[in-house]
Amino acid sequence: MFGPLTVKPGSSKNNKTGSWRVELRPKFLQKNCIGCKMCILICPEACIEGEEKNSYICDYSYCKGCGNCALICPKKDILMIKEESSD
Amino acid sequence: MKEFIEGSFAVAEIVKLCKPGVISAYPITPQTHIVEELAQMVSDGKLNAQFVNVESEHSAASVVLGAVAAGVRAYTATSSQGLFYMAEVVFNIAGLRLPLVLTCANRAISAPINIWNDQQDSVSLRDAGWIQLYAEDVQEAVDLHLIGYRISEDKSMMLPVMVCMDGFILTHGIETVDIPTQEQVDKFLPAYRPLYKLDPQDPITIGPLVDPDAYMETRFAIQKTLDEALGLIPKVTAEFSKVFGRNYNGLIEEYRVKDAERVIVAMGSVCGTVKEVVDELRAKGKKVGLLKVTSYRPFPAQVIYEALKNTPKVAVLDRALSLGSYAPLAVEIKAAFFGKKKKPEVISSFVVGLGGRDITKDSIKEVLRLLTAKEKSCEFIDLKPELLKESYE
Amino acid sequence: MNKHLFNVGHTACAGCGQSLAARLVIDASGPNTIVVNNTGCLEVFSTKYPESAWEVPWIHSLFENAAAVASGVEAALKYLGKKDGINVIAQGGDGGTADIGLQALSGMLERGHDILYVCYDNEAYMNTGAQRSGLTPFSSNTSTSPIGTQSIGNIRPKKPMPEIVLAHGIPYVATASVGFVQDLQRKVKKAHSIKGPKYIQIHVPCPLGWRHESARTIEIGKLAVETGLYPLIEYEFGKLLAVRQIQPKPVEEYLKAQGRFKHLLNNPDAIKQIQDIADSNILKYNLKAQPSQTSSSRQANE
Repeated sequence: MFGPLTVKPGSSKNNKTGSWRVELRPKFLQKNCIGCKMCILICPEACIEGEEKNSYICDYSYCKGCGNCALICPKKDILMIKEESSD
Repeated sequence: MKEFIEGSFAVAEIVKLCKPGVISAYPITPQTHIVEELAQMVSDGKLNAQFVNVESEHSAASVVLGAVAAGVRAYTATSSQGLFYMAEVVFNIAGLRLPLVLTCANRAISAPINIWNDQQDSVSLRDAGWIQLYAEDVQEAVDLHLIGYRISEDKSMMLPVMVCMDGFILTHGIETVDIPTQEQVDKFLPAYRPLYKLDPQDPITIGPLVDPDAYMETRFAIQKTLDEALGLIPKVTAEFSKVFGRNYNGLIEEYRVKDAERVIVAMGSVCGTVKEVVDELRAKGKKVGLLKVTSYRPFPAQVIYEALKNTPKVAVLDRALSLGSYAPLAVEIKAAFFGKKKKPEVISSFVVGLGGRDITKDSIKEVLRLLTAKEKSCEFIDLKPELLKESYE
Repeated sequence: MNKHLFNVGHTACAGCGQSLAARLVIDASGPNTIVVNNTGCLEVFSTKYPESAWEVPWIHSLFENAAAVASGVEAALKYLGKKDGINVIAQGGDGGTADIGLQALSGMLERGHDILYVCYDNEAYMNTGAQRSGLTPFSSNTSTSPIGTQSIGNIRPKKPMPEIVLAHGIPYVATASVGFVQDLQRKVKKAHSIKGPKYIQIHVPCPLGWRHESARTIEIGKLAVETGLYPLIEYEFGKLLAVRQIQPKPVEEYLKAQGRFKHLLNNPDAIKQIQDIADSNILKYNLKAQPSQTSSSRQANE
């Protein structure tokens, strides 16, 4: 007989950490982006996706709203806005 | 093939025949000859294995844990302080359901430091979820290693096995031993097929954090599995006897118990001494017998009950002690009869041979002399009162 | 979703430096990697049953034995003839590496196993509530070296882990920081290309334990390096190969960004001691970037 023992890879996807956000979320302006991909690289959740410049966006069902992406963007093309705002 | 061989070397021989791929151990008397012999075998190319010389027993157990998790059969050995140092890894291995065979060369526990034989080390870890098998002589120690791998790696088990052999007495004693051939071992012990393993081709997460919502079931599962082991062990030993011609029950051995009026219950090499006393007294018409306990975990309460339910007087020998309470084996023997209609009139508990104090035939006869209608609890045999004083001066 | 080997949905704090570093390490290592993890924040937030963020084979045993378990995994792979082509990583926090895990790590290094050891240095036992570790820096306010009327916090310097590891004679030793993510990944790739024991110590700011805003993780990581307090160095086969050159910033900029150093801001003696640590690092590793020397500027100086 066996009880809980091992876990399948990547099953953490089921945990939608986006529900953690209470204050701020990132808004990707997609205007002045130069495609440096720093936002993708430094997101602790690895939830930012995109290929060419001005195409980057995060998966809001996982984004915890830490704000590192907004600070790192060399073109200030990411803004942290209030979570409740409709924009 | 029969050899006149030191116990440690015989164990090294059978381990070699079981073909572990990773061996890792830290030296501690009296286990040293086992691992030194294995190291020599690897050096001479007689055993294809990775021999990892670690810096502590904690790491030795961790190395074999990692190796088994990566899908390779592994082996380690230790005693006493070493077993305690690796204690948390010992629990970890059982909890992760990893098969393994570990030789415990039973030795007393510090303090005070003492390198001679008793069973305090392995008995103290009886809660860890391992199968614990105790050998009476070198032949049995050898056979239990092979049986151990077979049971441990059974798909229904996947639990580690500790083969306990009395330090110095069995490790350094020289006996005539029948060492199996590689063909016989290969026939009896198939290659290790893990339930899961660390493999980039098939990733898996092992050892997650399990919270109150799921932890209890892991313990229940091990408890149930050890219960099932009570059925599996005799099956495996029956198969063993077909291949090798030596009969073991695997759980207990009843030696002239059938009509005995007094029976001694014991584990390990002391059983050999008890058997001699039994034969001596039987020749004089005294109805005595020995119940040898081979499997301490899982504890075979049911077969012990069946064997002793009609025996008037039982003496349990313990080579360990639960300080502040009772002797461990005696407690479990008594528990086997609790609430039952048929049971011995007296089950007396004796503590013998701690720290390597010799258990002679006279010691056994003393036990039988003290086995009267008045039940004894934790009666120390061969104690030296002259070494005891009421206050520290 | 991008194909990362450390997936979303883990329960690290928002802005956790260690979760970022862990992902960068495994992404740089590739799918043919087996990870052995010590107990700590990373293990807890990435593998709470029944969820796991890991897309590679991964095992957790105990707090202090990742290096030993990894030694067993590596030995098993060697036995199977499969070691070439599979990376083995043993990883843990500063506590599990420099304190309780030091023995197992030292043994692994001494035996020469082909394993990369990664230490995620957030400078305290964060998972159990930010208690002081051997890598807690001077004057840090932790729960077991708290500031009080009799104390300015932890009074001991960081245990020099890179030097201790280097003294074992292993082929690759480096420090890295989440303030410099590309450098971090380059070092991981470099390490895997070398056979034998490797050690990378990564500075990972902890918003909760260090008490800084979650958005400033990268920025604070950068500041630690740019003040000289966390030199980024790289040793190959015992020789100092490269350092990250800096234009040194005063340590105050780094300290005032974090609550754990807040008590120092009116303590110029303590700040001086910390500046001394930074300065001695700068001197020791020659961290200060020189202005570029063109022939005209040289003439001007003569």
